[in-house]
Amino acid sequence: MPGVVTDVWVYLSANPLLWLTATLGAYVFGHWLYLLSGENPLVNSVAIAVAILIALLLVTGTDYRRYFDGAQFVHFMLGPAVVALGVPLYEHRKQVRRALLPIVAALLAGAATAVVSAVGIAYLLGGSEETVISLAPKSVTTPIAMGIAERLGGLPSLTAGLVLITGILGAVIGSPLFNALGFTDWRARGFSMGLTAHGIGTARAFQVNEVAGTFAAIGLGLNGVATAILVPLLIGAFR
Amino acid sequence: MIRALTLLLAFQLAGELIARLTAIPVPGPVVGMVMLVALFAVRGAIPEDLKAVAGTILRHLSLLFVPAGVGLMLHGARIASEWAVIAAALLGSTILSLIVTVLVFRLFARGRDAEDGGEAA
Repeated sequence: MPGVVTDVWVYLSANPLLWLTATLGAYVFGHWLYLLSGENPLVNSVAIAVAILIALLLVTGTDYRRYFDGAQFVHFMLGPAVVALGVPLYEHRKQVRRALLPIVAALLAGAATAVVSAVGIAYLLGGSEETVISLAPKSVTTPIAMGIAERLGGLPSLTAGLVLITGILGAVIGSPLFNALGFTDWRARGFSMGLTAHGIGTARAFQVNEVAGTFAAIGLGLNGVATAILVPLLIGAFR
Repeated sequence: MIRALTLLLAFQLAGELIARLTAIPVPGPVVGMVMLVALFAVRGAIPEDLKAVAGTILRHLSLLFVPAGVGLMLHGARIASEWAVIAAALLGSTILSLIVTVLVFRLFARGRDAEDGGEAA
């Protein structure tokens, strides 16, 4: 490489600006492809962005820690985003209050199903202990899931990836599955998407229907709490 | 906009502090969200600028998962050796959880659809 190019690369690769820009750029590109596909849920902007970024990091020989120095500014917003969920929650408080009983019942059943089925399937198929534990909190939003995995001896960064894949799976499978089974209640569909597929499922639910989106936000928030309590109890029983 | 962002951060900070001080197993941002809803209930309204900022963040919620998702690259070897277990667990669990949640929700919502207006056309 000519000296100038090397100098520029040395400067850029040590600066958070490069990977912050790349993160936003990859997502914008993924979102553009999604719009171009006629909003086909199979064309998932997050999956596209992650694939592009991993490829870029591997090609340039950049390690994940250096990438995260830049990307952390985006990652950090996950916390305030959870707080911001209070806005749609309050706006739709009347509908929420009327559906309180189904919400509580579905929360308990759904949270338990998400944890037990993931742990159970991986355990029966002979998954390693770290993998099984890292799978347990996969349905809740990243910062909460990583906290749970860390406390129980799982691998937080693996959990973050499993959370992402679960979100994409839920966003892709949700609507066609519900349509095929004849589920028409937007409240139930949304709540299930948020509970199972956290922020990515919630984003998808908002695209499909406003009521579904609101109930997804409720499912996301409540399951964060339920799973944080449930997983340590269940893993304790397993051991 | 700055005022709204400050409000969100302040509520997250307060939530983190309460979660740590009381040692409840609830994540800090969730505590912050609950307190924010309580503030709206007391005021009887949501500030307009906060509504706009929250709307912008939530519309692109999935972007925020990208940095942590790229962390999958750290686990290439584990995924290569356990991909079938991981794929089966994620796919099976996602489908089960989606179905069970809707079914239980509907079981307890029976006969209350008309007043809720939550049915799809």
